[in-house]
Amino acid sequence: MMMLDVQGINVYYGAIHALKGISFHLNEGEIVALIGANGAGKSTSLSAISRVISTRSGAIFYKGESIINTPPQDIVTRRIIQVPEGRRIFPRMSVVENLEMGAYIHNDRGKIEKNMEAMFARFPRLRERRKQLGGTLSGGEQQMLAIARGLMAEPELLLLDEPSMGLAPIIVEQIFDIIQDINQHGTSILLVEQNAQMALSIANRGYVLETGRVVLEGSADDLLDNPHVQEAYLGGGG
Amino acid sequence: MAEEHHKRPVKMPQLNIKIIRLIAAFVVLVLLILRIHNVALESQLGASTWLRLSVSGLIIGGMYALIAIGYTLVYGILFMINFAHGEVMMIGSFGGYFVFEAFNAIPVTLHDGTQISFLNAQPVIAILLAFLIGMGIAALTGYFLEKIAYRPLRGAPRLVPLISAIGASIFLQNAGQLLFGPQRRQYINPVIIDRGLGWQIPIAGTKVLLTYSGIFSLVLSATLMVALYLLVQRTKLGRAMRAVAQDKRTAALMGINVDKIISQTFVISGALAGSAGVMWGIHNGLTNYFVGFLPGIKAFTAAVLGGIGNIPGAMIGGLFLGIVESIGPAALGIDFQLQDVIAFSILILVLILRPSGILGEALTEEKV
Ligand SMILES: Nc1ncnc2c1ncn2[C@@H]1O[C@H](COP(=O)(O)OP(=O)(O)O)[C@@H](O)[C@H]1O
Ligand SMILES: [Mg+2]
Repeated sequence: MMMLDVQGINVYYGAIHALKGISFHLNEGEIVALIGANGAGKSTSLSAISRVISTRSGAIFYKGESIINTPPQDIVTRRIIQVPEGRRIFPRMSVVENLEMGAYIHNDRGKIEKNMEAMFARFPRLRERRKQLGGTLSGGEQQMLAIARGLMAEPELLLLDEPSMGLAPIIVEQIFDIIQDINQHGTSILLVEQNAQMALSIANRGYVLETGRVVLEGSADDLLDNPHVQEAYLGGGG
Repeated sequence: MAEEHHKRPVKMPQLNIKIIRLIAAFVVLVLLILRIHNVALESQLGASTWLRLSVSGLIIGGMYALIAIGYTLVYGILFMINFAHGEVMMIGSFGGYFVFEAFNAIPVTLHDGTQISFLNAQPVIAILLAFLIGMGIAALTGYFLEKIAYRPLRGAPRLVPLISAIGASIFLQNAGQLLFGPQRRQYINPVIIDRGLGWQIPIAGTKVLLTYSGIFSLVLSATLMVALYLLVQRTKLGRAMRAVAQDKRTAALMGINVDKIISQTFVISGALAGSAGVMWGIHNGLTNYFVGFLPGIKAFTAAVLGGIGNIPGAMIGGLFLGIVESIGPAALGIDFQLQDVIAFSILILVLILRPSGILGEALTEEKV
C-alpha cells in the first residue's frame, strides 16, 4: 500500500528554486533512500513533508489524504516524525528531557515511561547519561538521542536526515543496524543520505536527487549497479 | 534561554576593550568605596534605618523581579525586548484598583449595627479578585500585544519589532490616559494589607515598621517566583517553552505548536507584570497611566543585570536593583530623589562593563 506520495512539489527559498517538481513515493513497510550531493534538495524534501517549509505547488498525500495544508504539529500527531539533519538536540535539556520532548504529543505517562525504558534498553549509553545536558554529548551519542527522541513519538513513518553525518565508521554501522531494526519492527523509513553505499545497502528502493530534480529511481540493487550512481556517488569506476 | 552565538570580533580590539573595561570598572569601584567610606564615617544613620531601607528595597525589588521575568521570557523566545511590558503592568495595576474601588463602594452592616465596606468585610475575596482581574487583563494585554504588534513582524529584521514595541508602549500609555484619566488615583487597600499599619520590629533601641502591604507583597512575589520557576522547570508547558527558546524549528518537529507557546509566554509574562502592578498600587498607594514607565525600565535593567534570557538572573537582578536603589542614596550621601539615577547608572555600567549580565549571555547589538 502506498503510504506517502509526493507529487511534483516545488519549493523556493526566496529566488532559489530548491525543489523543481520532485515526485517520489514510499510504500508501507519500506525503507526508501533519497541520495544526492550536498545542496541537491534532500533536506528540503523532508522539511516539505514535515510542513515546516511551504511548497509553492504540487501535492503530498499521506495514507491517501492530502497533508499540504496540515500544520507541522498535526503532521507529528499523524506519526510522521523527522529526525533532522545535524541531530538538533536541545542543548540545555538533559537526555531525559530531550526524550520527553520527543513524546510531546503523548499524554499517557505510563506509556511514556515504558517507551523511555525501551529507549534506554536499546541505547544503553543514553541511560548512563540520562541526567547530562544534550549539548555535552558526543556526536554519536547525540545521533542516538536524536533517533531515540524521534521514536518516543511512536512514528509510523520516520524521516531520517543524514544520520551518518560526521560519525566514525563503526558508529555509522551501529546506527544503520538500528535503522534496519526499527524498520523490522514495523516503522516505514524515508532515509536521506550522502553516504549512498550505506543507504542503498539497507534500502528497498531509492531516488537520486540532483539540483532539485529526481534524476534516477529504482530498486536499491539496481541503483547500486547503475554506472551513473557508481560514478557519482560510490567513489567512481566500481 | 537564548540559542544564538554572537560573532567573535577580531582579537586585538577585543583585548583593548577588555582592558578599557577593566580600568573603568576599577575606577568606578574605587570611587564608590571612597564615597561610601566617607559617608559611613560621618553618617548619623543607625542600624534601624539601614534595615528599613533594605527591607523596603527588597519589597520593591520583588516587583521589579516579577516584571523582569517577563522581559527575559520574551527575549528568550523571540530575541526582542518587549518595551511595552511596563504598560502591561500599568493595565494590571488599574485592574486591581477598580476591584478595590467597587468593593469599597458596597456598604455592609454588621450584626452590631456598624457599617463597613464590603472591602473590609470580605478582604480575602477582594484581594483574590483584585489579583485575578489585574493579572487577567494584563495577561490579555500581553496576548493581544503579541498578536497585533509582534506576530506580523516575525522574521523581519530585529529593529523592526523593537520599533513596534516602542510604538505599542506609547499607544498603551495614551490609551490608559484616555480611559482612566491623567490624574493619580489612590489605591484603597483592605485594612488587613494596610500601608500604614504593620509589625514593629525592635532593633538597636528603636522600632522598624514592617507594613502589612509590604509583608504581603514580599510573600506574594516570592510565591509567584517559585511558582514560575516550577512551571518552567517541571511542567510540560515549561519544557515546551524552553524547547521553543532553544530551537524553534526542532520544537515544531516535536509536535509543539510554536505560535501557541509564544502566545502563552506573553500571557504568563503579562500575568506576572499584572501582579506586580496590583502590588505596586497596594504598597505604594498610587496608580495612574504612567505608573508602568519607571518600573518597566528598571525591570529591564534588572533583566539585563541578571543576564537577559536567564530566569533566575532576572529574579536576582530585580531584588538586587530594588535594594541598591533603596539604600544607595543613603550610602552615597546623596538626595533620596536621585534613586532613579542609581538604577540608570547601573544599567549603563552593566551595558558597558558586562553586557552579559551577572548570570547570562551577551546582549549585543545583534540581539537587541
Ligand atoms: N534556509 C535556506 N535559505 C536559502 N536557501 C536554502 C536554505 N536551505 C536550503 N537552501 C538551498 O536549497 C537547496 C537545497 O538545499 P538542501 O535541501 O539543504 O539540500 P541537501 O539536504 O540535499 O544538502 C540548496 O541550493 C541550498 O543552498
Ligand atoms: Mg541536507
